[in-house]
Amino acid sequence: MRKLLLCPPDYYGIEYEINPWMSRARGADTALVQKQWRGLYEKLVSLGREVLLVPPRPKLPDMVFTANAGLTVGKRFIPSNFRHKERAAEAPFFAAWMEEHGYEVIWLPADQFFEGEGDALFAGETLFCGYKFRTDVAAHRSVAEILRCLVISVELVDPRFYHIDTCFCPLPDGSAFWFPAAFDEYGQRAIRSHVPDLIDVPEEEAVHFSCNAVVLDREVVLPEGAPRLVESLGERGYHCHPLPMSEFLKAGGACKCLTMFMPQREKSS
Amino acid sequence: MPSETIELRGHIIDSLILPKVLDEIIAREATFKIGEIRIGERRNDQSFARIEVSSPSADELDALVLRLRQHGAEVSEKKTVQLAAAPADGVYPQGFYVTTNQQTFVRVGEAEIEVRPALMDSAIVVDRAAKTATATKFYGIKKGMEVVVGHQGIRVVPLQRSTVRTDVFEFMSSNVSVEKPKSAVIREMAREFKRAREEKGKILVVGGPAIVHTGAAEHFEKLIEWGFVQLLFAGNALAAHDIEYALFETSLGVNLEEGALTQHGTQNHMRAINAIRGAGGIRQAVANGLLKRGIMYSCVKRGVDFVLAGSIRDDGPLPDVITDAIEAQKAMRAKLDGVTIAVMMGTMLHSIAVGNLLPATVKTLCIDINPGVVTKLTDRGSFQAVGLVTDIEPFLRELTDFIAADR
Repeated sequence: MRKLLLCPPDYYGIEYEINPWMSRARGADTALVQKQWRGLYEKLVSLGREVLLVPPRPKLPDMVFTANAGLTVGKRFIPSNFRHKERAAEAPFFAAWMEEHGYEVIWLPADQFFEGEGDALFAGETLFCGYKFRTDVAAHRSVAEILRCLVISVELVDPRFYHIDTCFCPLPDGSAFWFPAAFDEYGQRAIRSHVPDLIDVPEEEAVHFSCNAVVLDREVVLPEGAPRLVESLGERGYHCHPLPMSEFLKAGGACKCLTMFMPQREKSS
Repeated sequence: MPSETIELRGHIIDSLILPKVLDEIIAREATFKIGEIRIGERRNDQSFARIEVSSPSADELDALVLRLRQHGAEVSEKKTVQLAAAPADGVYPQGFYVTTNQQTFVRVGEAEIEVRPALMDSAIVVDRAAKTATATKFYGIKKGMEVVVGHQGIRVVPLQRSTVRTDVFEFMSSNVSVEKPKSAVIREMAREFKRAREEKGKILVVGGPAIVHTGAAEHFEKLIEWGFVQLLFAGNALAAHDIEYALFETSLGVNLEEGALTQHGTQNHMRAINAIRGAGGIRQAVANGLLKRGIMYSCVKRGVDFVLAGSIRDDGPLPDVITDAIEAQKAMRAKLDGVTIAVMMGTMLHSIAVGNLLPATVKTLCIDINPGVVTKLTDRGSFQAVGLVTDIEPFLRELTDFIAADR
């Protein structure tokens, strides 16, 4: 059973602005932050998963978003090379923690930006990677070489959906749900040709980060605010668990951003 | 046009990165040439493409390349050409680069210099102080000149055929066939001639004596008369038989009206040559009233420039003929500026010789009763030549008819 990695939100807050969601004028409610994060943690545990916690660090408010720690495949961990200096200091803590827990840490070249699982999601045997806002295409290439798998690189074009995990969510049956307008035309075509069964999420639901969901077999943990998606998934036999995520949305994150799979895949190919 | 070479690698086919990059190049009105492409064979294999991108301006190119870098394009390091000194006058250094007739650039340090002229079968002499690169024949080489060796730092721009309109040259492709719809092709040729003149391009005719032998001289004279010939390259024979016909109404002794050999007719071309030698040359013969008609007469009257190049079997030759082959090449090359169409009719020797001097951008049409002539022309590097297998007389008659109908 895959484990999950979370990071308690002890130092979480809106302390800088590195995406269109963030505004220092609109801070997070500390009590509500704890409550919402606790809600996620308990939900994941209640679904039978072992949840590991990486210790939070002062002055690294976004460490709570563990999906950006890196990408874990088998016993190998590829840490992020954060694009923004505000988050760059998280990387060594995540890497050290993973190494302590028995993972082989494989760094990408320092000049290739890569933001981990946030921009790299497996659908079947294929790794879908987003690029432009945070991750470089060059990093996709390096990841493909390390993991020896097919990487589909897709350009993200809407700054609100700056990581692929904010607009694309693969499902275990080979389908996926997504917000197509977050991708350029070529990216949309590439995704359509590799994932024939796609559920389009309407914009009014996508802006609640509905695609930022943690999928555990037939259980889908997602932010509340997407009744139509919940209905579609229900028709396909998935059980949805909408959670309040308002305080994390203020930083441009939700359920999936707060969770990293350990590992995301047992084997890459 | 400024250019950069970019490289793409990764799963660029499945991710549609390659088509995206190519589309983006086109959308920005730049052009590309794929230098190398390797497609991964298995699912997980990465692919590779090296693409040369050219844009009308350096600024636009920079903006485009910046954008392409976002898609993972890496700019290849630009390499400068390797130079070696000519070891002696008239001798290229070991490993010299042999030019084609296509537009070529060499990178010398930071600068990219166009090689002029676009002349095949030469070496490139670089003058770093003057920032020039010159396609130079053996005889132009002086000891110590810096000559390009190897292939590094050389960029050849392939001939881009028009994509907006299909002209006769695209229609014919570069095949030689006796089974082409000749009238349609000749009608297109007539349009091509008009277009060239409207655009102030020069039309070069390379002609053999068959023009006279087949009785096509009168049609050719019309072309000259109407201003569709600016330059004539030929040998001694065309001029000699044209003048023979002008003076004696025979060509190689055959009366062209009656088609029969006249008495002592085979001597006529010798008498014609002698008459011109006596006058001091063709222009003088026209000036003193000796030569009153014919192709050469029309050329002189209409101010059509001509170069007559000699060969080993010439009778005479006429005083206007340049018998030193290298001097003849130089004289022809000196007149090629502005030529946009070359029509080669009924001469293998001169067609191939002139083909070797022409840049690939000159539209070249070869008309010969012998299909082998076009094949030989293209085999020797003038790949842009298209051929029409027909007798000269019907070709010129039809061509002048089309032009006349359009006038």
